Amino acid sequence: MKYAYYPGCSLTVSNKAYDVSVRAVAKALDHPLEELPDWNCCGATTFMSVRELYAFAVSARNLALAEARQVTDLLVACSACYTTLNKANIYMSEDADLRKRITGALGAAGLRYDGSVRVRHVLDFLVNDVGREAIESKVVNSLSGLKVAAYYGCQMTRPFDTFDDAEFPVTMDNLLSWTGAEPVNYPLKTRCCGAMLMTTSGKVALDLVHSLLKCAVDNGADVIVTACPLCQFNLEAYQDQVNRTYGTNISIPIAYFTQALGVAMGIPLQGLELGKELVPTVKAFASYAGGSQ
Amino acid sequence: MAVTPRERSLADLGAVFLEHVYRIPGGEKIKTCIQCGTCSGSCPTSAAMDYTPREIIAAFRAGLLDKVLRSNTVWMCASCYSCSVRCPSGIKLTDIMYELKRLGIEYGLYAKGAKSPTLSKDFLTLVNRYGRNSETEMLARFFMKTNPLGLVGMAPMGIKMILRGRLPLLPDQISPKGREEMRKILEYCGDKDRGEA
Repeated sequence: MKYAYYPGCSLTVSNKAYDVSVRAVAKALDHPLEELPDWNCCGATTFMSVRELYAFAVSARNLALAEARQVTDLLVACSACYTTLNKANIYMSEDADLRKRITGALGAAGLRYDGSVRVRHVLDFLVNDVGREAIESKVVNSLSGLKVAAYYGCQMTRPFDTFDDAEFPVTMDNLLSWTGAEPVNYPLKTRCCGAMLMTTSGKVALDLVHSLLKCAVDNGADVIVTACPLCQFNLEAYQDQVNRTYGTNISIPIAYFTQALGVAMGIPLQGLELGKELVPTVKAFASYAGGSQ
Repeated sequence: MAVTPRERSLADLGAVFLEHVYRIPGGEKIKTCIQCGTCSGSCPTSAAMDYTPREIIAAFRAGLLDKVLRSNTVWMCASCYSCSVRCPSGIKLTDIMYELKRLGIEYGLYAKGAKSPTLSKDFLTLVNRYGRNSETEMLARFFMKTNPLGLVGMAPMGIKMILRGRLPLLPDQISPKGREEMRKILEYCGDKDRGEA
């Protein structure tokens, strides 16, 4: 098994905290991540909305780069990149005609992909490859008493329920419980955050964000934990607007699951980029950070 | 020889749609839609759609696809795949939505003032250029085109993001070799996206 890490554009820009915390946690678990050199944008949902073959081929360039380095498992942190790359990979393996067309496009650029790479979510890697025993052995600050709502968003388990259930996944809840934290019941855990609709049809997305925040608060969560940069941003950046629009008084921090895990593993808060949020997480995590500050 | 979008007549819209949907892996399952409405009931944004996902297939069967494309419907799809995993007939509704978005752009059929086609096309332009998405430039372009005053409203959040180092002003780029590969892929795809070659 040979891994390579695909951060995705958002993690190099507005959601650096996810990238930094993924790398810090993996390193502390003795699996330092090696970034896939010269990776390109996966195409996101927008490419597929404009050009079909080009969208698949742009995704497949990353798979070709990974294969050329004998990578077997491409680890993806952003849920949207994960689904986009995984979809190109799976459709290419299932459909001979599409495979031929994508192969042609890659060939024009002197690239080739024979389908030997698996696309994996970082959460899947941590829970199923690194595993419970290794993770629990590194927990030095129990998050006991911290109530977390594990929010998976839509694209981590859909349309491909590769490592967990499409409707009601539990992988992240389990991982959090290994740190001592208490996952609360969160029925909307795979409901959509509105994604890019926040930019193009704000009211529709705001309604979704309101439901997600309210559901977490009503279930007693101190913090919402996520694994997708767009979910993180939508849930934290629009809380003021939700409060103004719906007459609520919500203020709940939105952290990456790797930040919560990192705190439990004794990684200093700044080593997890905690402190760059719009809704501060420090109050939720500081008391657990123990002597690591 | 490829036909340019403006030369296309609406008469073949349904046929072109079907041809493209059949090319999606598993796309032929669209024939097995039983109009149960599971897709519409599962969709987190269907309440805001002029036509729900179920009605899209009904409209297509009735030869009214252009009405759907002119409405707000397809651009309300956030690609959450709830409909796709729940459809009892195994229809990949989200992939069909993507095809409808592409058709809308190709035929110039979308709701007046629809912002998503603009955003999507700009996104492609930037990734073509840099190999990666420049969030700052994309949003700046988007607001300048669709709602320049909106930038004023966004300013407080933008300033907070800049202060936290989360809104860089320079784009991240891949290597010149990588960008050349992207350019060649784009050039190759040409009109083949739409199956004309």
